Amino acid sequence: MFAEFLQYILAGLTSGAIYALAGLGFAIIYNASHVINFAQGEFIMIGGMATSTLVAAGVPLPLAAVLAVLVTMAVGMALEKFAVEPARGAEVVTIIIITIGASIFLRGAAQIIWDKEFHSLPAFSGETPILVLGATLMPQSVWVVAVAMVIIAALWWFFNRTLFGKAMLAVSFNREAAQLMGIGVKKVLLVSFALSALLGAAGGIVMTPITFTNYEAGIMLGLKGFSAAVLGGLGNGMGAIVGGLTVGIAEALAAGYLSSAYKDAIAFVIILFVLFFMPSGLFGKKGTDRV
Amino acid sequence: MTLLRVDGLSKEFGGVHAVENLSFAVNPGTIHSIIGPNGAGKTTLFNLITGIYTPSSGRILFEDRDITAKRPFELARLGMSRTFQNLQVFFNMSALDNVMVGRHLHLDRRFIPSLFRLPSIVRADARARADCAELMRFVGLDRYVGAEAAQMPYGALKRLEIARALAAKPRLLLLDEPAAGLNATESREIDEVIKKVAATGVTVVLVEHDMKMVMGISDHILALDYGRKLAEGTPAEVGANAEVVAAYLGAEA
Amino acid sequence: MNTALRTPRVAGLGALALVLALAPLSFPNAYFYDVAVNALFNAIVCVGLNLLIGYGGQISLGHAGFFALGAYGSAILTTRFGLPPLAAMLASAAAVGLLAFAVGRPILRLKGHYLAMATLGIGIIIHIVLKTESWLTGGPDGMGVDPFRVAGLEVAGDRMWYWVAAALLLLAVWVALNLIDSPLGRALRAVHGSETGAEVVGVDTGRYKMLVFVVSAVFASLVGSLFAHKNGFITPDIGSFFRSIELVTMVVLGGMASTFGAVLGAFILTLLPQLLAAFEDYEAMVLGAIMMGTMIFMPKGLLPSLALLLARRKGGEARP
Repeated sequence: MFAEFLQYILAGLTSGAIYALAGLGFAIIYNASHVINFAQGEFIMIGGMATSTLVAAGVPLPLAAVLAVLVTMAVGMALEKFAVEPARGAEVVTIIIITIGASIFLRGAAQIIWDKEFHSLPAFSGETPILVLGATLMPQSVWVVAVAMVIIAALWWFFNRTLFGKAMLAVSFNREAAQLMGIGVKKVLLVSFALSALLGAAGGIVMTPITFTNYEAGIMLGLKGFSAAVLGGLGNGMGAIVGGLTVGIAEALAAGYLSSAYKDAIAFVIILFVLFFMPSGLFGKKGTDRV
Repeated sequence: MTLLRVDGLSKEFGGVHAVENLSFAVNPGTIHSIIGPNGAGKTTLFNLITGIYTPSSGRILFEDRDITAKRPFELARLGMSRTFQNLQVFFNMSALDNVMVGRHLHLDRRFIPSLFRLPSIVRADARARADCAELMRFVGLDRYVGAEAAQMPYGALKRLEIARALAAKPRLLLLDEPAAGLNATESREIDEVIKKVAATGVTVVLVEHDMKMVMGISDHILALDYGRKLAEGTPAEVGANAEVVAAYLGAEA
Repeated sequence: MNTALRTPRVAGLGALALVLALAPLSFPNAYFYDVAVNALFNAIVCVGLNLLIGYGGQISLGHAGFFALGAYGSAILTTRFGLPPLAAMLASAAAVGLLAFAVGRPILRLKGHYLAMATLGIGIIIHIVLKTESWLTGGPDGMGVDPFRVAGLEVAGDRMWYWVAAALLLLAVWVALNLIDSPLGRALRAVHGSETGAEVVGVDTGRYKMLVFVVSAVFASLVGSLFAHKNGFITPDIGSFFRSIELVTMVVLGGMASTFGAVLGAFILTLLPQLLAAFEDYEAMVLGAIMMGTMIFMPKGLLPSLALLLARRKGGEARP
């Protein structure tokens, strides 16, 4: 009974960690530009696909992972440079269509570069399950959670301890003032996309041995990441992490105890429920119009 | 009788009293000004009266009816309208359409007749269009009757908001810093418009930062500082009040 | 905005009627009628959706859900409960309208991305329900639907459907233009411009957002019903997230706050895959590139951008 429960929680934490990384990706870009990047899920997909191809070609996994992350970051920066930057100041719905267009474009490109098949990676440290209080834990899940934690810690350090990280926060707080202080807003935008791409790619790589990946794998992951970000309150990093874990665990529990068919619906049921009562998410700033 | 009565009104934002235990009354047919230095709570008071904010305590009565915490559109139905310091113009519409939105409450807004464009709607709309163009001329926007709102300069937009508010046929019109951001000539012209509006029988309450400007046109002045009433009375009385002068000197120096 | 496009309502409707009447002459084959009917159906949905997005300034990333509910409502009510198609269509539309009303209350208070998220969620939940409840919907395999019969007449064949859909599109455009030009429509546009500004002159902004949300959902539902009968077979994918995106893209591509623009956008995006069929594998890439390109270079959409260009050419006033 408890073992079963624990099993679901562990599964939830694993996918929740990925949603949290994706949610953080949304939050970072949103903070820098007030853009919701619907291509976030495609970063996850590209990271996984690229690594799996490189490993299949004989490149050692660590090198393959680094290369895949770099490729994804390049894609992220290109997206910012050629699609988001030129549309600055457009209406919300216009920018939504641009980033959704980008996600469709990347999906189409992936389908041509790779194919429509599922791709996989070997588990990083074997497939011998670890027994935890009667529940089985796959070593890869430990990898997922550990990588997520390392990345989150590194991000915290970046935003709180480095000059450039603080500058990025300043831009999210007040764009004009930041510009006056000589912070290059354009550079901040570019870096925010690169960082989000890094987060997505890393998540995609550690996730692939568990879930496999294909050209379409980014759609749902991206949308779940978006709900994680909104759940926590857009632009709130800690909120996105809490949101991601909440969505992951709720999903796993619902799939286990209620119905696995509705697993994918859970994230959206939660988000609707929360937004009904808290229109700015759990930890979001309340927006009041100044008149 | 009084048109508007504010009774022990307070508004707190996170422990800070933006408006504190404020009471005053506005008589019909007058120009009533609310003055005070920046941060005195003038705009907060306006937002409370017009239903944008909900008071922490106290009551607001309009024509002896309790209107505390009513929504802005409900207040408009009762005969109150306003303009904004931070413009709330419909930039996606023409100038004339902006004013016609002000006529909203006096036009047929039923769904089915609108869907089939019944002749009665078309006729009433044409009349409203002519009336609203007339209102634009009344506030001195003759040149902009055919313009898009997005093409108009700042000073004209302030008048556009006045015309829009007037289109609702209010008995009480609240103007939030109508002269802010205008040059001396434009300010004088706005003075004239306000006087013309008052002459039509509409009661005007205006918030102004600049004490000199309101001295000339007000029948009654309420001076605020830190959300509290500092003085009240005719322009001469308020102008002679030592505390008011001190507050201004203190704030402006 | 584009006064030039709005005033000649009769001229615009006349031109559209002419195009619809003459278009079949250019159809290369009978199969093309099928594509054309889909274009017309999409156009009607987009005319409704444009009221919400273009005029009301709201966002919906879940309208395919309402479309699918209309389709499945009709399919289920006719095949399992024996209701006549017209009654099933109206009953489904009423139910969808009620659903939109119920969810609209809490979600229309949301703004921007939060509203996008909520509508997206509703669309996805509808899609998943349709996929999962196989006992009722046939699940991912879909279900068959009988032809549309009313008063003993059957709408049969793509040609007949073309004329029916064309007439309905004209009706939808006429009704939308009426609405936008009325005091009610003006209030709706004002909500887009400034909710606070609209409220203080008496516009109950919540009510208008709700009204247009329900109207646009009912448009989608009615067309969904017709689509089900015309196609004879439906699958849950007509309500997918991708379909919702497609609909919004049509509206924005053609031109927000332009009824004829929405029609144009629907036509272009429905015909595009036909033109791209030759590229097959590159279809998604080209579609994505077009979405990005038009939004970057013509953020106002095709028709308003064209109108602006024409106005400049004529030396008329153009907005900076």
